[in-house]
Amino acid sequence: MTDMIEIRWHGRGGQGAKTVAEFLALVALNEGKYSQGFPEYGPERSGAPIKGYTRISSGPIKMHSAVYNPDIVLVLDPSLLESINVCEGLKEGGTVIINTTRTGDQLREQFPFLEGKKVWTLNADQISTDEIGRAMPNMPLLGALVKATEVVGLESVTGDIKKEFSRKFPPPILEGNIRAVERAYQETVTS
Amino acid sequence: MTNMRALTGNEAGAYAIKQIDPDVVPAYPITPQTELMQTFAQYVADGVVQTEMILVESEHSAMSAAVGASAAGARVMSATSANGLALMWEIVYIASSSRLPIVLAVVNRALSGPINIHCDHADSMGCRDAGWIQIYGENPQEVYDNMIQAVRIAENKNVLLPVMTTHDGFIISHTVERVDVLEDDQVKKFVGQYSPRYPLLDTAHPVTYGPLDLQDYYFEHKKQQAEAMKDAKKVILEVGAEYGKLSGRSYGFFDEYQTEDAEYIVIALGSTAGTAKAAVDEMRERGQKVGVIKLRVFRPFPAPELVKAISGAKAVAVLDRSEGFNAVAGPVFSEVRSALYRKSDIPVSAYVYGLGGRDITPEMISGVFADLKSGRLHEEEAFHLGLRE
Repeated sequence: MTDMIEIRWHGRGGQGAKTVAEFLALVALNEGKYSQGFPEYGPERSGAPIKGYTRISSGPIKMHSAVYNPDIVLVLDPSLLESINVCEGLKEGGTVIINTTRTGDQLREQFPFLEGKKVWTLNADQISTDEIGRAMPNMPLLGALVKATEVVGLESVTGDIKKEFSRKFPPPILEGNIRAVERAYQETVTS
Repeated sequence: MTNMRALTGNEAGAYAIKQIDPDVVPAYPITPQTELMQTFAQYVADGVVQTEMILVESEHSAMSAAVGASAAGARVMSATSANGLALMWEIVYIASSSRLPIVLAVVNRALSGPINIHCDHADSMGCRDAGWIQIYGENPQEVYDNMIQAVRIAENKNVLLPVMTTHDGFIISHTVERVDVLEDDQVKKFVGQYSPRYPLLDTAHPVTYGPLDLQDYYFEHKKQQAEAMKDAKKVILEVGAEYGKLSGRSYGFFDEYQTEDAEYIVIALGSTAGTAKAAVDEMRERGQKVGVIKLRVFRPFPAPELVKAISGAKAVAVLDRSEGFNAVAGPVFSEVRSALYRKSDIPVSAYVYGLGGRDITPEMISGVFADLKSGRLHEEEAFHLGLRE
């Protein structure tokens, strides 16, 4: 499938990487696309590095192997940059979206593996702390993904948050998550 | 009329069981099955099904309760994986020999040891001679479709055998994909009201289950089981066609993908068949005549049909996700080669791959096709694909 987009999520246990990888698959499906969302299962501990994957395509996705050469990488926890090469296998000219307080240029200086990649940054911890009262970077990262790549539409994301999480979250958290996505969309920058 | 959901393989299985609304579901948790029964338990707790769920203390008890409830006249379903299935072992044979149409979802996982929670087919392949029908699913959609069909196949009066529907642990059980589901009443109508033929609770017509059966009739009863497995073939096709009319998705013994003019064919079960299809798509774009057969029904084994489907090819590779430990190859290879005996000279190459969840990629399968094309065949002993050197 030539138009298939492969996405890898890097987070730590408890940051919602699995949830967002699967939720993005749902958003894409609701837009009439085909998708897969799945986590990489290893020892699951709060704080341990984990990966999640999403595939999106205009046609049925037949393959069920892991993602080795993603088009887009999202980093939920900036401290992961220091321990792993989050760009491993990332396609040439691929996109990296990072939850950080620093700029893309500052990060490039410290982490050579970011060279040649499109780097987008946002302070997702601050956004989620402001909007839902705690640092939960996963939903803001979705807003950043829409801004950087338009793989799905912003209204699809916010609409599906309303639909899918209205039973799970009380209204203030639900509204907060939607504001967090919209703010992330505004505040995500590239350099 | 269908509607689309985003479901993991386990959620798709639980959704099918919800719509089937069986009388009794005994269950015990085990990774990677746990979420299937957990999701179904939520339906029970929410009161959206009438099912009596029995939370037992082991898989041996789960299958024992299934046997008891099924003999009593209930429609019974359950789910398990790996060591859970192994612990059911003794009762697995009693279910089939008592001709109890139980449907069991097996979420394929490697058998210990060493301990491994990831996918291979050692668990269900260990059961291949246990007298259960086995249907392997490729993706969450097929998990859903197969479980609904399994009920009809098992309960058919010419079959009356338990059915195992399988899907690959984690690879399918924990992957969210598009699943088109039927309406509740469509499923209800398709599976129909269960009318058991010889229920224990029908005290006006007393019957005995599980009696002593020695040299006098045990052999005849085994022959009847074997005959039922043969008769199941027709029923599997009928149910697959009828389900196709209802859902738009028809099912047979296997799925032939780009095989019509294929010179080289790969045979695989489960999710790997999908990965092989992706490899074939890519190779077809480069003009290579390659195809895939996804073997869906492993028990009964569709030998003549499979021989017909592959006999036009120049060579075939069989991908086994379990080790045969026979110093030759895996169980699917043995069946395929045996089916070809004196029917065709087509070479069959044996591969074992993916044990304990080792990943298989489209590139690896392209490599298998390249082996077939260049005559690097593994006919005497399986090649272990993806093994660390």
